[in-house]
Amino acid sequence: MPAIELDGVSRVYQKYSSRHRFQTFKSALVRGDLFGSLKANEIVTAVDNITFQVEKGETFGLIGENGSGKSTLLKLIAGIAKPTAGRVRTVGKISALIELGAGFHPEITGRENVFINGIMLGLTKKEIGRKFDEIVRFAELEEFIDAPVKTYSSGMYMRLGFSVAINVNPDILLTDEVLSVGDAAFVPKCLDKIDDFRRRKKTIVFVSHDLETVKKICDRVAWIKDGRIKMLGEPKRTVAAYLQDIAAKQEEDFQERHAEAASATTGSAPSVFEEGRRENRWGKREVEIRKVTLRDLDGAEKHVFHPEEGLAIELDVAAASPVEDFVFGIGVFNSLGTHCYGTNTQLEDLEPKHFEGQGKVVCRIERLNLINGTYYLDVAVHKRDGYPYDYHQNMYSFLVSSAAHKDVGVARLPHTWEFSPGIAFGPPDEKEP
Amino acid sequence: MVRLFDNLKELYKFRVLVQNLVSRELKARYRGTVLGFLWSFFNPLLLMIVYTLVFGLILKGGRGSEFGDSSTLYAVFLFTGLLPWTWFSASALESANVLMVNGNLIKKILFPAEILPVVTVLSNLVHFSLGLPILLLFLIAFGKGLTLYALLLPVVVFIQMVFSLGLGLLISSLTVHFRDIRDILANLLTLWFFSTPIIYPLTFESIQKSSFLRTLIDLNPMTHIIEGYHSCLFYGAPLHWKRLGITLLVSLVLFVIGYAVFDRLRDSFPEEV
Repeated sequence: MPAIELDGVSRVYQKYSSRHRFQTFKSALVRGDLFGSLKANEIVTAVDNITFQVEKGETFGLIGENGSGKSTLLKLIAGIAKPTAGRVRTVGKISALIELGAGFHPEITGRENVFINGIMLGLTKKEIGRKFDEIVRFAELEEFIDAPVKTYSSGMYMRLGFSVAINVNPDILLTDEVLSVGDAAFVPKCLDKIDDFRRRKKTIVFVSHDLETVKKICDRVAWIKDGRIKMLGEPKRTVAAYLQDIAAKQEEDFQERHAEAASATTGSAPSVFEEGRRENRWGKREVEIRKVTLRDLDGAEKHVFHPEEGLAIELDVAAASPVEDFVFGIGVFNSLGTHCYGTNTQLEDLEPKHFEGQGKVVCRIERLNLINGTYYLDVAVHKRDGYPYDYHQNMYSFLVSSAAHKDVGVARLPHTWEFSPGIAFGPPDEKEP
Repeated sequence: MVRLFDNLKELYKFRVLVQNLVSRELKARYRGTVLGFLWSFFNPLLLMIVYTLVFGLILKGGRGSEFGDSSTLYAVFLFTGLLPWTWFSASALESANVLMVNGNLIKKILFPAEILPVVTVLSNLVHFSLGLPILLLFLIAFGKGLTLYALLLPVVVFIQMVFSLGLGLLISSLTVHFRDIRDILANLLTLWFFSTPIIYPLTFESIQKSSFLRTLIDLNPMTHIIEGYHSCLFYGAPLHWKRLGITLLVSLVLFVIGYAVFDRLRDSFPEEV
């Protein structure tokens, strides 16, 4: 018999409109519909028709982006929230580590809080008395247990909360992101405790953004997206699919932002990039850069590049009246603002002669050789003495992205490794799909 | 009705938690104060001194002819009504906030939320009980003395408890959706206080003369509860069983309604508090 069984479970959150928020008791009474006004007028589906079973003794992972419905799902299993539709069935005592120390009262001592918290979580006074020393020892709070909880640091608070909850000795343990707050010494202890649970064939539902831990400890993983199960199965594959989805979404976002930025260049300075980044355009535009297009070396327009790929920066330029003094330049900056590379026609000793009307300038970079990350582009046309015609600062960007490349620094220097026969390496790690 | 009994059964299962939360409430309230739990009777005592100053010494006519010239007798009369009133008004005011203050618990831990208003009423009952010995001492030293009718006190306390619980459940759940109740309540309680024979006896001339005022005061359940305290403690007389019986009935109806409203709004608490 499964320990947890969800059958077509949905949870609809009622969202009250702002009008309702400001509604008063009096006005509800006057209109004579006290209960009518308590009805929601907007509905948000946090969990949408989810069905799965968790077998007894299984460690079940839930992954997904923020707001995907993981926590709501956990609350439904814990019984804190009731499903709007469907059925949740659980067998055995449940302990939910949703927020550690949620019931602590700051004014009273750690000792008293342990008792009250334990009772809230379903222990009897006697059981807590028996486990008290163990709880305090695990939390490493022997010296402070008789001090009011308000004097505790957030780490101490969390340790005590975890220690009480884990000592409830449930049949089903629900954890939501609780390990993310512990210090380096405490987290392994918690993981040990969870391992101990697994050995004793307890059922665990593990919600976490720490995908490495999820892969390590879970028997099965469900990936939740927009309140639905997107994928359910073997941890490695599910996590990989989830990561791929995130990467795809990133690129989509990037393209979108880029498109907005490009369409805005003809107008005033665009500000679609993150706040604080100086995007700027100045100059009298005697020579104007009308359009900037990023292409790969085959001429296809794109914004996401492989580190080993080439990039062509194409400038559509125009000069209303003839000019004889002009320099075209580019600059590449990474997200920290480090100037990764910059050059212009003057530095490369190209002597300007004459330009009038419209034209195209293309700077072909044969191989990017940059590490993964977002890069920003300056393009400019100016006089040899620096007088700007049209200067675009930070207005364009591209992404260098590759799952296979993990090197760090600013640039990816072309390299290979060589070893003398005495130094042996195994075959490389199996790559994630 | 069936749900009500199920809920009460569930509540009973959590009695240890209720008991612990009440003691936590008591410990936490006076932690850091010098006088500690003594505040439980200093508060009504100070209130009594204020009212004695105003109505016993300044507005002498305001306290009625019943007490003659004795300001101490009036003070004891005041205290008899103030102590249970403090229990009632504190319960109502704190109930209005209790679900929001403990929002964290409601969101994160599985337990019946009605425990919270129940704990509020009960911990204020404990404060009331702590003040009782002082009241009894006053009654013996400065009042008309105690009679065996004082043994009927638990009956009155019980009726007041049912009434406070009903009101507490109603207020606490409605305040989650209408935060205005908190503000309305403070003013409403002042009005309520003066509509209850606490600072004046029912025998006051203007009340006796006006049938309108009498009806108004009679419609207030707290009148009969406070009069219950006056009867068995201050006057040493039997309780007015008919009036108290009806008050109990009203209290029970309020309790059922309060619990039903609470139950109906229960599922919205985790999102709204």
